[in-house]
Amino acid sequence: MKQGIGSEAIRVKGWFAAHQWLLARRATQFAVLALFLAGPWLGYWIVKGNLNYSLTLGVLPLADPYVLAQSLVAGHTPERNALVGAAVILIAYFLVGGRTYCAWVCPVNVVTDAAHWLRARLGVPGSARISRSTRYWILAMTLALALITGSISWELVNPVSMLHRGIIFGIGAGWIIIVAVFLLDLFVAGRAWCGRLCPVGAFYSAVGRFSPLRIVAVRREQCNDCADCYAVCPEPLVVKPALKGAADGIGPVILSPHCTNCGRCIDVCSRDVFAFGARFSNRGNPLAGAAEQAAAVNVS
Amino acid sequence: MTLVGTGLALHTGQAKALPPEVIRPPGARAEPEFLGACLRCGMCVRDCPYHILDLAKLGQNTAVGTPYFVARGGPCEMCVDIPCVKACPSGALDPTLTDINRARMGLAVLADHETCLNFLGLRCEVCYRACPLRDKAITLEQQQNPRSSLHAMFIPTVHSDQCTGCGKCEHACVLETTAIRVLPRRLAKGELGGHYRLGWEEQKKAGKPLIEGVMDLPDRMPETTK
Repeated sequence: MKQGIGSEAIRVKGWFAAHQWLLARRATQFAVLALFLAGPWLGYWIVKGNLNYSLTLGVLPLADPYVLAQSLVAGHTPERNALVGAAVILIAYFLVGGRTYCAWVCPVNVVTDAAHWLRARLGVPGSARISRSTRYWILAMTLALALITGSISWELVNPVSMLHRGIIFGIGAGWIIIVAVFLLDLFVAGRAWCGRLCPVGAFYSAVGRFSPLRIVAVRREQCNDCADCYAVCPEPLVVKPALKGAADGIGPVILSPHCTNCGRCIDVCSRDVFAFGARFSNRGNPLAGAAEQAAAVNVS
Repeated sequence: MTLVGTGLALHTGQAKALPPEVIRPPGARAEPEFLGACLRCGMCVRDCPYHILDLAKLGQNTAVGTPYFVARGGPCEMCVDIPCVKACPSGALDPTLTDINRARMGLAVLADHETCLNFLGLRCEVCYRACPLRDKAITLEQQQNPRSSLHAMFIPTVHSDQCTGCGKCEHACVLETTAIRVLPRRLAKGELGGHYRLGWEEQKKAGKPLIEGVMDLPDRMPETTK
């Protein structure tokens, strides 16, 4: 019988080393939340606002470019601070990888990871088929709605801002939406929300399309085909081209914009195949294999 | 997808209808425009020194995450430096509002003449005392009290060209349920037909009566005065 995901890595590297990126990620998620809560809970106003817009130390504006895009489409021209804040976020996530937001900052990630963990634990059978490209249709829909209604419609139901704002400002009945996301991921389809539906993630995928910070299968020749990386990856389709594409001339860099840079593949690999690196690691041609990888992802 | 979109569009339409007791912060743009501009960040809530603002939550009949206050719970204190507007990053609260007396959050209406203590002949006028623009936004208009014919009634009267809709009058009203309340201006204000002229003003402009002689029209007195 096959042992649990990452058990070999734990045996070889030790529990801590086999969970270091997961721990770093949880620490970051909670640290971000703690920064936002230090003001309202303890009176230390380091960060004011929420993920839609915040002001750090009274000088650094940060704004969600996706919400701002909807506002622009709705016909409103925002003031300077919102525009500067969105620009800072766009540049930052371009550099570290768009969906790094999903894995390292978004509070819903904790909810959906918990649902995924419980789903595996309970052995929930079957999974509704929801295409991984559905999120782009939802993204398009939210922008179309903003255009048609002249209102940021998506923010009426967006679980991401609902949860984050809810924790900081009070959630009301918003927890119903969060429970719905949890149940969706638990019973309807694995990784349904973050991996298939969420337009916020889809937006950040686009932001990180050409991001330099990537996970690289640097020692892919050491792979022993245990498939733990596929099993642990929230976007399993992104792994294969980089890991197994040597014969087809595909470089070892995971170039798919769907990769969330969560680093779990690094954790669970007992052979240290994966590491954080730069997209330029595909020597000579930084876009080597990009088309093939994109194609592989879109097949879903 | 179309179904979801249509549902959300209809929900958006509903969210545009603000409940009448919900008041937006000073400088808030008109409701449909406000919902396209507000980032739901809560910066105005944080910078309100009197903590009267809150962000709407799911389950309340106001667009989720947008700022509001309820006058009966706590009115706008009309800070001269308007920190909520300064805090707004998007311009959903109009940054060109620099004089708080020009804010138009709503319009106070003395809605219930049957319970207002001044209408009952008392000298309550707490709303008038509480008004930050006393004698401008609310004046007391003297009338004869028809019950005694000897006494006066001082009727609190709101002037729409001055009232900011801060809600201090509504907050201060001593009744169990307030007789004066801030309503959205679209609900509170009437509008004359564009072709209407006020005879007494036209007469002043013309410098003479507009009609020569006296016109005698039939008297139509209300039933109660017969």
